[in-house]
This record gives sequence, C-alpha cells and structure tokens, in this order.
Amino acid sequence: MNDLSIDIRALVKRHGATVAVDHVSLQIRRGEFFSLLGPSGAGKTSLLRMLAGFEMPDAGDILIDGRSMAGVPPNLRPVNLVFQSYALFPHMTVAENVAFGLEMKRVPRDEILERVGSTLELVRLNDKRDRMPGQLSGGEQQRVALARALVNRPAVVLLDEPLAALDQQLRQQMQSELKAIQAQVGITFVCVTHHQEEALALSDRLAVMQQGRVMQVGRPDDLYERPENLFVARFVGVSNEVCGTLADIQAGEGALLLGEVSSSRGIRVAVPAGLQSGVPVVMTVRPERIRVTPGHDKETGGNCLHGVVETMRYIGSEWQGVVRIGESVRWTIHAPNAGSGSRPVAVGAPVSLQWSAGDGVVIPQT
Amino acid sequence: MNQRPPSVESATAPRSRFAGCGLLVPGLLWTTLFCLLPMVVVLAVSFATRGTYGGVLWEFSLDNYRDLLHPLYGRIFGQSLLLAGMTTGLCLAMGFPLAYYIARMPPRRQALWLIFIMIPFWTNFLVRTYAWIFILRTEGLLNTVLIQLHLISTPLDLLYSNEAVLVGLVYGYLPFMVLPLYAAIERVDPALIEAAWDLYADRWSLFHRVLVPLTKPGIIAGCVLVFIPSLGSFLTPDLLGGARSMMVGNLIQHEYLVARDWPLGSALSLVLMLMVMGSLLWYLKAQEPPAGERGGQ
Repeated sequence: MNDLSIDIRALVKRHGATVAVDHVSLQIRRGEFFSLLGPSGAGKTSLLRMLAGFEMPDAGDILIDGRSMAGVPPNLRPVNLVFQSYALFPHMTVAENVAFGLEMKRVPRDEILERVGSTLELVRLNDKRDRMPGQLSGGEQQRVALARALVNRPAVVLLDEPLAALDQQLRQQMQSELKAIQAQVGITFVCVTHHQEEALALSDRLAVMQQGRVMQVGRPDDLYERPENLFVARFVGVSNEVCGTLADIQAGEGALLLGEVSSSRGIRVAVPAGLQSGVPVVMTVRPERIRVTPGHDKETGGNCLHGVVETMRYIGSEWQGVVRIGESVRWTIHAPNAGSGSRPVAVGAPVSLQWSAGDGVVIPQT
Repeated sequence: MNQRPPSVESATAPRSRFAGCGLLVPGLLWTTLFCLLPMVVVLAVSFATRGTYGGVLWEFSLDNYRDLLHPLYGRIFGQSLLLAGMTTGLCLAMGFPLAYYIARMPPRRQALWLIFIMIPFWTNFLVRTYAWIFILRTEGLLNTVLIQLHLISTPLDLLYSNEAVLVGLVYGYLPFMVLPLYAAIERVDPALIEAAWDLYADRWSLFHRVLVPLTKPGIIAGCVLVFIPSLGSFLTPDLLGGARSMMVGNLIQHEYLVARDWPLGSALSLVLMLMVMGSLLWYLKAQEPPAGERGGQ
C-alpha cells in the first residue's frame, strides 16, 4: 500500500444523463508515469479534473498518498495541473508565474528564489525568466507550465494533453524531455492524452478508457502485444482481424476455424487460459508481424493467408498497403523500404501473408 | 506633380482617402456649434464681471476665481469629491462580485441578467430618484417597515442627508460599473482562475493577484464612468440631499439660476471640468501597459 500514489476507488461522475466516469478503479504507483488514453468523450478529462479537485465525484473516492480527497478543494490538494492551454498568468513574468504557488504556500522568500531558479534550470529556461508568457514560443510556454507545477514538489503532477498544442517536430522533442524530467524529479505524473503513440512512448503504465470505463490497464507492451479486447487492439495501433471459432486446444495452443476467409491450411493461435473449443473469437495480428511474399505460396510452416494487393502507399521509411483476403476482410501490411523506390509487391498482385502462431492474439467475441 | 506613380492604385487611393471625409462634416459641425463654442463662451464669461442685476459685464477680472478660494466653495468641492469617491468605491465593491457572478454564468443566463441590470434605464431617472424619496422619507417605506418589525420606535431621519445622496448615486451609477467590469471579467480565461486555484490560491489571493490585474482596464473604465458623472451630478443631491447636502452641480445651478451670477457659475463649471479632466488623465496614464509594475514579493 505504501508505494501507492493514487488510489481511485469505484469513481462515478455523471454530467446530466450521461455517465462521464463509470465506476473507475485505478491504482497508480509512486513515481510512475501513468497515462489515461482514450478518444474524446472517454471520460479521461473528467477523471483528471476530479483528481485536481475541480469536479467532485458522484460516488467513489480518490486517495492521494493514502488521504481521502473527498471534499478537499483544489487549493488544498497535493497535486498540480499542467493545463492544455498552459494557463500561464499573462501579467506575470516567467519567474513570477513559477513562484506563484510557493508564494501562496507562504514559503520563505530565499527558498522561493532558490527553488524557482533550480526549477527553471531543470526546464532550461533560466535565461527567459524575466520574459512575459506572450513573448515565449509554444514549447517554452509548455515548459513554464511544467515548471510552475514541479516547483511545488507536489505528490502528483497532472498533465492535460500536454503536447497537443505543439507541432509534430517539437512534440517528439518535448516527449523525450518530459520523460527525462519526470525520471529526474521522480514525481508521479498522470497524463491525459488521445494520442496513442505519445502515450506508449511516455508512460510506464497506461489505462485505455472508453465511454467512462477503463478497458485495460498495463505497460505499453501489454496493451500493444496483448490487448484484452477489440477496442484496445484497434485504438492502440493497427489491428488486422479475422473471425473464427476455436478448436483442438492443447497446451495453450489451438486451431482457428475461419468462417469468412478460406485458408489452405488451419490457422494456429496461442489460446489464453479460460477459452474453450467452439468459442467464437476474433484473431488480431499487428501489420509489422506479417511477412509479405509475392505469389500464393504453399510450402510454409507457419500461418498463411492468401490475398490480393489493393493499394500500396509509400511513406518513406516503409510501404503501407491493404490486402484483400476475403469478401470483406482487408488487412493492412507494412513492407520495408528495400531501396530504389520500387514497390515490394505490385497492386493487383497475389500475395501470401505469413505470421507465427504467437503473434496472433485471440479475443473472445462479445 | 509630374511624380505620380504610374500604378493603377494611384488613381483610386487619394480618392478613397478623402471620400469618407464628407461624412465627418455633420459630426464636426455639431461638436463645434454645440460643444466647443459654448465652452469658449463659458471660458470667456468666467473672466467677466457680474452686472448689478445679474447680467454679464464684459470687464476682465479674476475675481470669480478668487471667490472660489472661499472656504465654503472648498467645502462643497471637497464634499463632492468625497461623495463621488465613495460612490465609486461602493459601486466597485458591489459591482465586482455581481459582474463576476454574471460573467461566470451560462451565456443564456448572462443575457437575462444583463437585461435585469439595464431595466432601470427604461424609466426616467427623475422618476426613479423620486421613488427613493418615497422609500427614505420619514413616513416612507423603509421607516414603515422598520417600525412594523419593531426594530425602531421612532422614524429615522434618512432623507436630505449625505447618506441619502450616496444611496441615490450608488443606485443610479451601479450599472455603469457593472457593465465594463462584466466585459472585462468575461474575457478572462476560466483556466487562469482554475490555475490560480490549483496553485494553492485562496479567494483573496485569486482576487487581488489574478483577477484585479487581468481586469484592470474594466475596473478603471467603470470607475471613470461612475466617478465623473457622480462628481457633477445635480439631480440626485438636489432631490435627496435637499438643503443639507450640496454638490458642485447644485452650486453651479444655484449661481446660474438663483443668484444669477453667470461669471461665478462659469468659473465653477471650468474648475469642475478641470477636475474631470484630471481624473481622465489619470485614467489614460493607468491604461498604459504596466512596465515592470510588480516585483516578486
């Protein structure tokens, strides 16, 4: 219990008739970079605002460092929020913005000066300390907002879509910077984002949310390699799916009998414990696990499906294409850019898609 | 003349620059005839002498301004400044929470409340001031209610006092404070208020460290809009202050119409105008962007 930073217990929040947060329970460990990932309207912002204290839950409780936050207003909570719009005070300099929280807590002046200085050092803005926020670039404003939260040494820093307002290049640079700063200060970060790549890159663990519920919690590789449901499989990365029923299960492996797609041989899949033969399932494979070879190959050992290339798209580092493998089943394929700008396979050409049994994830149909 | 640039715009640019000027004529004419000219007359009269029977004798003298040094006038000016200042302060103290409350409501309700604020303007100011006489007088509404509630046994002497004038002025000018404040507060990003709250600010710190600096233009505009007309107000002190409470406006009216001393009245008017201009200058100065206004205390 002692290493729990945040303990969310069966939290419920209703906005009128809609349930924004629906019995969410989450445990976030001390010093962890935790992300709440989901499409807009998934309830992640409501959850963040309840952590900050701007919204009060209709049921359930939030414990921060073991202390219940029920009825505790934002100014008395040991958390600081980095706003999506940064919300820097436009009438104060960078240093004054960063000092604000400490002044409100009546920290002695010498200590304020020292802590503001070292925090601005941390975000590499010491030379901009006397600028007004309006004179800073987006990335610099973002770092001031972060410094303004970190300087208070809160138990938790909350980040609301921290990189959404930045352009692509700056975004990637800030990602690694954010991660490095978090590792350096060791404060628990809770980050709301709808950007799955960002969430995977930044987080130690993350929760995928949809319609107010947590769909899966885990490390980035748990979510990507072992999605527990189709929503997670589709939201985190690209999901190539085919429906079927399980058969012939032995020692965690079984056969998948396909309905809509014909295959020359049976498809072998790893079967998670608890699933029995005859259960209708969806199997999903990530594009980068699929080997594409021209022609309808017949003598491979692994799983193989035949299809026809519908599109091929050059995106620089690789080719991305769509292969039709059944009446209405289309899979996305990624083929390495082998050089000379030529397509690995031509549009309209027959191809074989191969993958190993362990790369197909089986999810029960609901 | 031979240097006309051979571009296409050259033919149209000078025309368009002067085409709109014709529209300025009515406004300029009106201002000159009915504002600038009378001011020149007032300025001239203030240096003239009063005739024995009230006329204006065109003999240059500074006597009118010398007369203003009389302590009586000083007292009335002082009282006017005090009443206008208190009116402004009370309007600000009451107007800010009201404006904040309205600015934070859902937009539809905001419009409704702004209409509530402006409804009094639909009725004549004189009628509304008379209403205050009915409320404040000895047998008036307030005294009757207080006696009925057994809170007092004899009626309070409310009407015809500085306090009554203050009540009337605050009542009359509160909307002029609320509207600019509302406009200023409405523009403040709600995230800034949340940010202050998140950074441990209590209500007072939120108010004076974040809200006041961010709404300063609105506060100043509201203060100017309340202070200037209350300083020169005439009707309210006349009706609610009676003989016991006099402001500069009443004094000017008295000099012009009762004492028939136009030169002195003109001098009074000019001094009042100078005071108003002084506060406007302060307003413009305060509007300038504050340069390094606050240290990190």
